[in-house]
Amino acid sequence: MVEMRRPTENDAKPNMAALLVAVGARRDVDAFELLFRHFAPRVKAYMARLAGDSQAAEELMQETMIAVWNKADRFDPAKGAASTWIFTIARNLRVDAFRRDKRPEFDPNDPAFVPDDVAPADEIFEAQEVSVQLHQAMATLPDEQVALLKLAFFEDHTHSFIATSLNMPLGTVKSRLRLAFVKLRAALDRNGDVS
Amino acid sequence: MTIRHHLSDDLLVSYAAGSLAEGWSLAVATHLALCPACRKRLALAEGIGGELLEATEVSPETDSSWEAMRRRIAQSPPRPVETPRGAPVARRYDGLPEPLRSYVGGDIETLRWRSLGRGASQIRIQTADTETQVRLLRIPAGKPVPEHSHGGRELTLVLSGSFADGKDLFARGDIEDADASLTHTPTATPGEDCICLAVTDAPLRFRSWFVRAIQPILGI
Repeated sequence: MVEMRRPTENDAKPNMAALLVAVGARRDVDAFELLFRHFAPRVKAYMARLAGDSQAAEELMQETMIAVWNKADRFDPAKGAASTWIFTIARNLRVDAFRRDKRPEFDPNDPAFVPDDVAPADEIFEAQEVSVQLHQAMATLPDEQVALLKLAFFEDHTHSFIATSLNMPLGTVKSRLRLAFVKLRAALDRNGDVS
Repeated sequence: MTIRHHLSDDLLVSYAAGSLAEGWSLAVATHLALCPACRKRLALAEGIGGELLEATEVSPETDSSWEAMRRRIAQSPPRPVETPRGAPVARRYDGLPEPLRSYVGGDIETLRWRSLGRGASQIRIQTADTETQVRLLRIPAGKPVPEHSHGGRELTLVLSGSFADGKDLFARGDIEDADASLTHTPTATPGEDCICLAVTDAPLRFRSWFVRAIQPILGI
């Protein structure tokens, strides 16, 4: 059952996953309102990075959230956090809106697709646990690495462009991203899963 | 199949962020189809995107915005019943994986190769980005990759057969990530032709030219 209370900072993520499952299972409007009030302003800020004017950002946010509503039954809490799933939906809509080219994806139903090794036993718990650990590990990254990750994820720039605009060699941008990645992976590894 | 040569972190981050050009993305996505280990790393990269979204500082959503959404979902038609999938297709371990197969319009045995001379052949693959050049290459067994000069980055993903580059062996699913500084002579392993996807910086550097042109305007 989904508890209908405002999520607090601590339990925000597991709760968001449960809300999303409720929307997927039975089109729970109350659960969706909580999700909307939490994620809509964040998605709008993400869109505004490229959209500029706020009407276009508002429309792209509405497109994202209606997709969340329509596709919520495909959200799998064993695969990751609600914020991650919503990020990928927003990202795909942003690519469609602002890029001339496509972002090709693999197809898990393709006969040539190589499936994962045997799934671990307690997947849902593990995936949500990993997202909590990732949240904690992100807080330990140096500011310069977080700033770089934000540039890499929120602006539609190549790493060469980021390097030029920060007046930094491309190698430095790549190695800082790599350091951030290594550190986050190590934090998750220490707790078991994710290689 | 054990993949030894994986995606670099910077490619994974750009792909996860949605900022990677289509040509590079095609090589990345096709490697991901063959590599569960890199899919796990992609999940981490997308998790970072989710965390950054979560951590964005915002003012609360306005009631008018929610009211607009509430009206939309009230009108939204019932969720379409999932069409049952047909019988599961038999796994095929040697074909071209998606998304590549759709880009070339068929599997390995139906491809129409164009000769590059000396037994090697290629198929150009069209993308909508202006920064990459994408092609499938077929290198005859035991022969080196022909006319091999590239000014920038080059991604080579093996789909069939294998090639050696120095002491490194690249087989199906392995991806080689070479930059301009690397002088190399990849050579197909004797016994079997090597088919690979090669993505290079486009010869026309429109993008960097464009960036250079607008730099004074952007003040960077």
